[in-house]
Amino acid sequence: MSIIDTRTPDPKRLIPGATGDWEIVIGMEVHAQVISESKLFSGASTEFGAEPNANVSLVDAAMPGMLPVINEECVKQAVRTGLGLKARINKKSVFDRKNYFYPDLPQGYQISQFKQPIVGEGEVVISVGPDRNGEFEDVEIGIERLHLEQDAGKSMHDQHPTMSYVDLNRSGVALMEIVSKPDLRSSDEAKAYLTKMRQILRYLGTCDGNMDEGSMRADVNVSVRKPGGDFGTRCEIKNVNSIRFVGQAIESEARRQIAIIEDGGSINQETRLFDPGRGETRSMRSKEEAHDYRYFPDPDLLPLEFDDAFVEDLAQHLPELPDEKKARLVSLGLSAYDASILVSEKPIADYFEQVAAGRDAKTAANWVINDLLGALNKAGLGIEETPVSPAQLGGIIDLIKSGDISGKIAKDVFEIVWHDGGDPADIVDERGMKQVTDAGAIEGEVDKVIAANPDKVEQAKAKPSLAGWFVGQVMKATQGKANPQAVQALVRAKLGIED
Amino acid sequence: MTDLTSLTIAEAREKLRGREITSTELTDAYLSAIDAANDTLNAYVKVTADKAREMAKASDERLANGAGGALEGIPLGIKDLFGTEGVHTQACSHVLDGFEPRYESTVTANLWADGAVMLGKLNMDEFAMGSSNETSYYGPVKNPWRARESNKDLVPGGSSGGSAAAVSAFLCAGATATDTGGSIRQPAAFTGTVGIKPTYGRCSRWGVVAFASSLDQAGPITRDVRDAAIMLKSMASVDPKDTTSVDRPVPDYESALGQSVRGMKIGIPAEYRMDGMPEEIETLWQKGMAWLRDAGAEIVDITLPHTKYALPAYYIVAPAEASSNLARYDGVRYGLRVPGKDITEMYEKTRAAGFGHEVKRRILIGTYVLSAGYYDAYYLRAQKVRTLIKRDFETVFADGVDAILTPATPSAAFGIADQDMAADPVKMYLNDIFTVTVNMAGLPGIAVPAGLDAQGLPLGLQLIGKPFDEETLFRTAHVLEQAAGHFPVEKWW
Repeated sequence: MSIIDTRTPDPKRLIPGATGDWEIVIGMEVHAQVISESKLFSGASTEFGAEPNANVSLVDAAMPGMLPVINEECVKQAVRTGLGLKARINKKSVFDRKNYFYPDLPQGYQISQFKQPIVGEGEVVISVGPDRNGEFEDVEIGIERLHLEQDAGKSMHDQHPTMSYVDLNRSGVALMEIVSKPDLRSSDEAKAYLTKMRQILRYLGTCDGNMDEGSMRADVNVSVRKPGGDFGTRCEIKNVNSIRFVGQAIESEARRQIAIIEDGGSINQETRLFDPGRGETRSMRSKEEAHDYRYFPDPDLLPLEFDDAFVEDLAQHLPELPDEKKARLVSLGLSAYDASILVSEKPIADYFEQVAAGRDAKTAANWVINDLLGALNKAGLGIEETPVSPAQLGGIIDLIKSGDISGKIAKDVFEIVWHDGGDPADIVDERGMKQVTDAGAIEGEVDKVIAANPDKVEQAKAKPSLAGWFVGQVMKATQGKANPQAVQALVRAKLGIED
Repeated sequence: MTDLTSLTIAEAREKLRGREITSTELTDAYLSAIDAANDTLNAYVKVTADKAREMAKASDERLANGAGGALEGIPLGIKDLFGTEGVHTQACSHVLDGFEPRYESTVTANLWADGAVMLGKLNMDEFAMGSSNETSYYGPVKNPWRARESNKDLVPGGSSGGSAAAVSAFLCAGATATDTGGSIRQPAAFTGTVGIKPTYGRCSRWGVVAFASSLDQAGPITRDVRDAAIMLKSMASVDPKDTTSVDRPVPDYESALGQSVRGMKIGIPAEYRMDGMPEEIETLWQKGMAWLRDAGAEIVDITLPHTKYALPAYYIVAPAEASSNLARYDGVRYGLRVPGKDITEMYEKTRAAGFGHEVKRRILIGTYVLSAGYYDAYYLRAQKVRTLIKRDFETVFADGVDAILTPATPSAAFGIADQDMAADPVKMYLNDIFTVTVNMAGLPGIAVPAGLDAQGLPLGLQLIGKPFDEETLFRTAHVLEQAAGHFPVEKWW
């Protein structure tokens, strides 16, 4: 396979060495656990956190004579993911056996896809930034392929002084391995790629993206070169389990490789592990020690074939993806920045969409971003734990629009709903928070303030901006319930300030 | 009680239904026969007498109520490759020591659902790898047949040697067997019994210990063609647990028997006339052609040009799949475990002690042909050959040929511990020369006893059919059987 360089060296992304600037070249393999009730080739449950070896079927334990049967839901999830990555869907794909011995691999081989994966080339647009000017840059990253494979079980080495324990609950759970092209050029880009990938998978509902639970893991291929030169020898860093660690692993690995080359050495192609404690990578096995996996088509499984209608049906029911949603929100009048905050996580977007339904999108966005997300952030809560429901927040916005409360009172209502719950309209009624729109009542208050402050009246005639002071006094006297626009109009009229 | 054990399945079925005999009587007769013969013949590696009597009793109750399935009360032997719940299932390998599965293979479950009775587990070549039943961890099986005026022990063929010997020696009414390259048909030919390997996908492989998944197929070994038809009908089924099994109705094979072969086109492949083939085999083949011609069939010369590549290609594909299928026998979860200082040494010691020579040889061959740098030259090429072999058959069938007639084996049964075979494993592999093509193409093939050689040993003919056209094979095999007559074995054990 020839590798095509799709990028032009960008000075912003280069890192300095003793002999000049270096460019990092990164390719990623993301292992994403498929959301499905049962495993890829057996009926055993995929539930996380069950007792060790509770979710193990005869197939998962590789008992003699057991046969794999493909789980259609996992196939659908892979196709959905392929569609979400704008990738070519292969209507015929083949499952192969990857042969190696390990205690948590009961069959002695992993069923994977080698030569004919279910999904071919696609692309992901990542957003890198902000730079010094607060600008974000979109970069297109190529997807090489996506294939389905079985996860292995788990070896536990800390349960017994001399023995290891094996938990096969994860054995046979479906994974999607999503392989990028070597299109990434910095640790920031790699982090943005993983973030975006996770976002897409979560939108699609095909992987929960929880790296701390191991349901999404990344292998990172790193090499360095002089800007625009030939690709260097790469090292693969295995099983990095957080986005932050991916950034650290790339930085330290790139520095390690640059140091070797600048010292006149050369890079050995090898597999490495990232040690988060030391913040550096260390060698796991060299190319010479690499397994010969003896891939061959699994004779227990026929080639996986489906027709256009199968793909079409999945495509039609595909949820809106983050890029499309963001574009739609911008078309509704939101700023690109606000839109990207709202689509960053699907539950936030869903929340926003419920609040914005039938309401002004910009107002809804301001409330969600500034008030709701601000309060959640301060309280250390996620959107799923919000005490204020979309209906409640929508109710508050409705009360502003109808003129029942001012924006300022609305903040108080939000506080009350946050702490005590309840229907905003009822709260406003019961607590007498409705703003006074009765022109007569407001006029009375305005007159009182004007009568009590003759000196200020004189000053205001010379300096019309002092009208604000009168408005404030009236608002204070009415405990904020007067309609500020009505007060403003009356004050200006009474003071004889021309518009 | 020998009269009871001499009944065919069809005969016993009538007597059981007619309440002339009970399954308990029949089962006891077989258990006594096994008891008397097994020390000598070594056909069974496990006799399940208690289970057999229980099943027979239940069958008798059903028969008394006028109920019962197609095989109600018929005592069968089961090849040790089939998973039988709570019963010895070791593929006659040391590596599966003590293994008793908690599941029942689909094929045997089908048999029990039809009322059959299990007598025990039958000897076989270890993991079905062999053509003489000498690779079994439980020792060789003796062929019930001997050359005239000879005391020399002969092999029953393999890998289903226990199945063939047990059927031939009246130690069961019929037996399950499996065929990856000839393991049903060659032992059937060596023991004067009938064996059919159905089309790949006709019987479920679920619960059957795998040798080479793309070639393995279960089938029966019986005393005559009718019994094979009866047994296959019960064994065959689609199975959602085996996605290579095929969803099509199982015909009533027995009704194909007695139908005329008039007007049928029988192909005679030129490539099956091998150099150095014994004259007797050629003569037998000619006889078979004559019988079918006399019955009104048309004998036509055909060519299957890629035949000569079948055996080498088979000995790449089958070991490749086996090397991977047998990786699970690692001492971690079941069967034999030989401790080591670490996991790698435990694997090495367990597998070194657990597998016999032939199995090790095939694991090594399979590992080699799949290795980086050799895959294209061996495995990939063998798969291409396989496609060509399949195409050869498709062409012939498209030209109107209904079935193909060949010898079943290149010779009659040979001696146990044959020096030539021991010295050169390829000589042993040549036993499969007429049978492997059928597995490579996924076709059905049946071996029928057709005569005796000069020494009085049985020889068989093979019929090869179109995919899922087992009915034509039964129909044609029945004509051969009628013409050839029966060849009862002389009891010496």
